[in-house]
Amino acid sequence: MKYDITIIGAGVVGGMIARELAKYDLRLCLLEKENDVAMGATKANSAIVHAGFDAKEGSLKAKLNVRGSRMMPKVTEELGVKYQRNESLVVAFAHERAEVEAIYERGIRNGVEGLRIVEHDELLALEPNVNPELDCALLAPTGAIVCPYELCIAAVGNAMDNGAELKLNFKVESIEQKNGGYVITAENGEAVETAIVINCAGVYSEEIAKMTGDADFTVHPRRGEYMVLDKECGNFTKRTIFHTPTKMGKGILVSPTVDGNLLLGPTATDIEDKTDVSTTPEGFATIFEKSSDNVAKIPFNKVITSFTGLRAVGSTGDFIIKHREGVVTLAGIESPGLSSAPAIAEYVEQMLRDEMGMNAPVKASYNPVRKAGHYFHDLSMEEKNEIIKKDPRYGRIVCRCEGITEGEIVEAVHRNPGASDVDGVKRRTRSGMGRCQGGFCSPIVVDIIAREKQMAFCDVTKFGGASVINYQKTKGEN
Amino acid sequence: MSNMMKVDLVIVGGGPAGMSAAVAAYDAGLRNILILERDRSLGGILRQCIHNGFGLHRFKEELTGPEYAYRYEVQVREKNIPFKLNTMVLDITPEKVITAMNSEDGLFQIEAGAIILAMGCRERPKGALNICGTRPAGVFTAGTAQKFVNMDGYMPGKKVVILGSGDIGLIMARRMTLEGAEVKAVCELMPYSGGLARNIEQCLNDFGIPLMLSHTVVEIHGKDRVTGVTIAKVDERRKPIAETRQYIECDTLLLSVGLLPENELTKSAKIPLSPITGGATVDQNRQTETEGVFACGNVLHVHDLVDYVSEEAEIAGKAAVAYLEGKALSGRNIKLATDGKVRYTVPQRITAEENVTVYFRVADVYRDVRIVVRDGENVLVNKKKQKVAPGEMESLTLTAEMIAGVTGDTLSFSIEQ
Repeated sequence: MKYDITIIGAGVVGGMIARELAKYDLRLCLLEKENDVAMGATKANSAIVHAGFDAKEGSLKAKLNVRGSRMMPKVTEELGVKYQRNESLVVAFAHERAEVEAIYERGIRNGVEGLRIVEHDELLALEPNVNPELDCALLAPTGAIVCPYELCIAAVGNAMDNGAELKLNFKVESIEQKNGGYVITAENGEAVETAIVINCAGVYSEEIAKMTGDADFTVHPRRGEYMVLDKECGNFTKRTIFHTPTKMGKGILVSPTVDGNLLLGPTATDIEDKTDVSTTPEGFATIFEKSSDNVAKIPFNKVITSFTGLRAVGSTGDFIIKHREGVVTLAGIESPGLSSAPAIAEYVEQMLRDEMGMNAPVKASYNPVRKAGHYFHDLSMEEKNEIIKKDPRYGRIVCRCEGITEGEIVEAVHRNPGASDVDGVKRRTRSGMGRCQGGFCSPIVVDIIAREKQMAFCDVTKFGGASVINYQKTKGEN
Repeated sequence: MSNMMKVDLVIVGGGPAGMSAAVAAYDAGLRNILILERDRSLGGILRQCIHNGFGLHRFKEELTGPEYAYRYEVQVREKNIPFKLNTMVLDITPEKVITAMNSEDGLFQIEAGAIILAMGCRERPKGALNICGTRPAGVFTAGTAQKFVNMDGYMPGKKVVILGSGDIGLIMARRMTLEGAEVKAVCELMPYSGGLARNIEQCLNDFGIPLMLSHTVVEIHGKDRVTGVTIAKVDERRKPIAETRQYIECDTLLLSVGLLPENELTKSAKIPLSPITGGATVDQNRQTETEGVFACGNVLHVHDLVDYVSEEAEIAGKAAVAYLEGKALSGRNIKLATDGKVRYTVPQRITAEENVTVYFRVADVYRDVRIVVRDGENVLVNKKKQKVAPGEMESLTLTAEMIAGVTGDTLSFSIEQ
């Protein structure tokens, strides 16, 4: 099978590009080295749609962030993804006032709407839990929150519904030119032939670019550690609270999530190992200290989990989006990558049309809408009962903390892109994401996956690869 | 709401507490009872506790968990006490309207005359511990591993380190060993174990499994599956001592680091909770601060032995019937206060002049002490104890005469030399 376009990397950038291109009459393929989509930076970031005042004016980051932020409400609505314009605040002590004013000016020049500086009293009226020693803040009414892996899963799902193919566990080992196109070969020997390659490989985009002979940049991982607090604390702040930024990033933020938790982080440490997503004592200490600068008396005893994500920091300081000989390379898509993702997809689509000769027509069957992953929860009692009557599995709760039913889990396994491991079910349904963190439901989820995918119980993993959960049957069962 | 049912007494949870409360309510003459159980059969967590040691107090014999549960299930069935399985209660309002869901009835609501909360507890997960390192497969709470082994028949580990010496952790150390796993160590943050002395003997010492007191896991290693953990000794402030860091190769980390009463529904009913027990604050009838709503078993406070759960549930069951019959449950309002060394008491208040057994836990291990109960200056109880420990629940009985003689509005419980 020869594809017209093959995208390497099913993160939010690859996923959004796939969705954008799936509207055309093209043979489209999406390659992902992991057992699921959204497994890199996409599953571990701040989950913020930035207003767009941060990036240097004139940069691709600034342009695509502002555009992406404007596109996000429609995109998330079409994809049935939770999105909430909760506004953001960049808070400052008195000695940092000049910096807040500078960001305000830059935001205006970047075209961000509605920015204004709020003084101490108004700041405390807006957010009673912020540190009362703060002096002022920049208020951005277009700041929003979204769930990044939900967005990615929905985008890939929508692309697949419109005909795109997804190949998981496809770890690209080589890319060779052939017949005016490319042959991409995986570690396991599987190969795909394609006319155009789009490199969306995140922290690995440099390695992929080397395979296509186009690496005039480097990408290094920057570790960001986060903590998630119980839903009890989800209203601790209404807005996303940043501190005035430094050159390592936007500092430690405090933000509600669209699912109602409170998120703290990220730290920023440059590291070498692109697979090192461990958390550290220093990271936890930094989160405790820096988040307390912004928000007073955070209930740190309500932490339910912590995690690390790696930002793909490019050597140019800006997003790198370019093409050469049928290869589009996207690199250094660190923050505001999530916010920009819809605009990046549009940008790449225009590049393909205007500069690379893509002229495929739009498919008549194209449908940009995907039913929300969490639709069942939002139904009325009567609507739920209709569904339960037809499919009793929707009446059986599996995850008690989040109230997730067997029907929803089965759906997550079968619906594009289907989950085949426990973490995949968790990201699609929130089963196991509540306060018991999967203690009760994970054995049942393993059982459902094994049944639905016709796998052996011991073959069900946490997140693919060697992440086995059970080794063998007990003595009496053998 | 079209399908609103009315039931005199709804019991949320069909584990040992719920079944025992139901039987007691039945024996007190009530017939209109409904037990709502989220799992596929009655018995609660006892179903996966296949070890013995249950029922020594109650039945004067050693039963396994399923056997203990079965004794009550038989009574529930013989008495034809109605129950619904696979039924999850989603919400309880302060007005005692219950919303629940299952496959047969869909979502439905019940207007309850009285409610007994018997939802049990859950295990404290890893996330709450802030252990550094990676997030591979192979980290389970002891109870999750117990479910895999005892209910599903699968082994989730071969080389195991256990953090926390709570009873489930101790039991699982033995269980995994019997199934052929190598349990390398049980690390306990505190200088004493939170588990029962008999479990340390029978589950660790008998198998030569080391119990490392004042030790914790500081880092988890492994990308896909756990490959090892780093442990360290902790100082008096429970901070890890860097020089004592030690790597242990293993593929599994089991956590037995505490149980938390599962009170989401209690909160939805706006019933006040004790910050110390994590359960509702109750009177001697186990009535919460909302009239007609009672709580018993591990949802109220975590018990050491199921025998005491049954006993507590009977109190709640009987009292719920008395409430439904309109009998006055109160007259006095005496608060039970603690000195910190006594961490908490259950009940937290006494509302009638009758014999009341007060259960309590202490904050630390204390030796050669006296347990003192005072009404102002007046000493009501002064009981010598050789040793008290947080892992063992204590109790004492206040007689009706003592309570009748109380002049203040508070009885204070303290540990003294």
